[in-house]
Amino acid sequence: MIDGLRRLGRSTLFWLNRLGRATLFLLRLLSALPTLAKRPSLAIRQLYSVGVLSLPIIAMSGLFVGMVLGLQGYANLVDFGATSSLGRVVALSLARELGPVLAALLYAARAGSALTAEIGLMKTTEQLSAMQMMAVDPFARVYAPRFVAGIIAMPLLAGIFTAVGILGGYFVAVQQLGVDSGAFWSQMQSTVKLFDDVINGVVIKSVVFGWVANWIAVFEGYDAIPTSEGISLATTRTVVNTSLVVLAVDFVLTALFFGV
Amino acid sequence: MPMPNTPFSRSDPPDPPPLITVRGLTFYRGDRAIFRDVDLDIQRGKVTAIMGPSGAGKTTLLRLIGGQIRPHAGRIEVDGACVHELGRRELYQLRKRMSMLFQSGALFTDLSVFDNVAFPLREHTRLSEALIRILVLMKLEAVGLRGARDLMPSELSGGMARRAALARSIALDPMMIMYDEPFSGQDPITMGVLIKLIRTLNDALGLTSIIVSHDVKETASIADYIYLLSEGSIVDHGSPQTLERSRSAWVEQFLHALPDGPMSFHYPAAAYAQDLSLAQEPSP
Repeated sequence: MIDGLRRLGRSTLFWLNRLGRATLFLLRLLSALPTLAKRPSLAIRQLYSVGVLSLPIIAMSGLFVGMVLGLQGYANLVDFGATSSLGRVVALSLARELGPVLAALLYAARAGSALTAEIGLMKTTEQLSAMQMMAVDPFARVYAPRFVAGIIAMPLLAGIFTAVGILGGYFVAVQQLGVDSGAFWSQMQSTVKLFDDVINGVVIKSVVFGWVANWIAVFEGYDAIPTSEGISLATTRTVVNTSLVVLAVDFVLTALFFGV
Repeated sequence: MPMPNTPFSRSDPPDPPPLITVRGLTFYRGDRAIFRDVDLDIQRGKVTAIMGPSGAGKTTLLRLIGGQIRPHAGRIEVDGACVHELGRRELYQLRKRMSMLFQSGALFTDLSVFDNVAFPLREHTRLSEALIRILVLMKLEAVGLRGARDLMPSELSGGMARRAALARSIALDPMMIMYDEPFSGQDPITMGVLIKLIRTLNDALGLTSIIVSHDVKETASIADYIYLLSEGSIVDHGSPQTLERSRSAWVEQFLHALPDGPMSFHYPAAAYAQDLSLAQEPSP
């Protein structure tokens, strides 16, 4: 009993300590943003590796998720003769939830883990120390560009995921299952609201997810123990922690935006 | 206040003030004291070696001088500035005049050799690309790697990587260079090249060099002055010739690579018999 309490206390202190360090890291990161504003090319270069290179997995996943939604939606709605609502179901599911959440989870697995591993390896191979000794601040040169690029990339990727998903749903529903094309698009047009669903659902959610995912990824790399095992653990923590935090934050945002 | 164990006696002719003075340096890692009240001076224009066995804190000393970590007590002054009392901006200004060659070379793996050497110039100067190109080629020529400018770090041998890193470390014409184990893991030819380069660059560019190493022969061949570190303090110091004549058992053990001596072969442990549970057991 006492041992259990002791372990719980130790674990709580460990996580509070990490949270404190992560917060200090974030503050230091934000203080480096003015320097980055003078050299936006650093972030643009990172936008390619975290954004453009994530496009194939995002587009492919979006396509399949949209196709599954089309199939599942049709299978359920056909019993009620409501297949004309399929466009609405696919679009709202994707815009409000699946687009930003799945894009964030895929981003964590593909780009977040890569960011952690890259920064962790730079630390292990003394590249960050070398940079510091050359009077170059890694916060301005390494961490902040990756963090900002990730936040910019996230809503773009979520938007692409959603758009491709809708096309996937359209392909299955209209092309394969014979749902009326006009009904598919018009139902979607009449129910999907720009502010409520697209801005709140896709844009704001994914900016928040992007913030969280990139903060965790960059911090884990910065905080990694500079050994191969340390980097492996840090990469795992990035994917696991980002997934959990994204899902938890998604619940809070959904309650705020769409709660009754 | 009595002077600490500085290497120069009062009878020596007056020298310019040391570039680096360390006084009362104390530094802990956890409960373990890496340095206890250490004093040392690094003279301008000289090659000074910091030697000692693995784990003696040689690399830590370089990191303390570079301001990457802070001492728990004592002062470290570089060119009159107390390193650990400087703000980030002042420290970065000072670091533009310092340089460090890391054990691994620490080249940026996503940049070519040329771009690695150009990196500090692009970060800290507003020189045109044409001028940067000329400067980079000059630095690469000095280390014999002008022809390797387009190679990526993964295409270089260990020795070439260190030479490329050396070219990068002199890119901003620093006042001093700290070398962290420059010879470790090198073949004899590469070692010879590095030894020659360090001495030549020091003399030609008027640098001050600090070499941290446990390669006794190679380091002693180019050092003007040597500090021997062990167990948190300076065991002895002097010119290579002076140390060679030293009667200290520790110096003798280290310089002649004797397997046992004041520095025990065995890591501190309980009595062997007790560890094997033989001491208290009755014999059969």
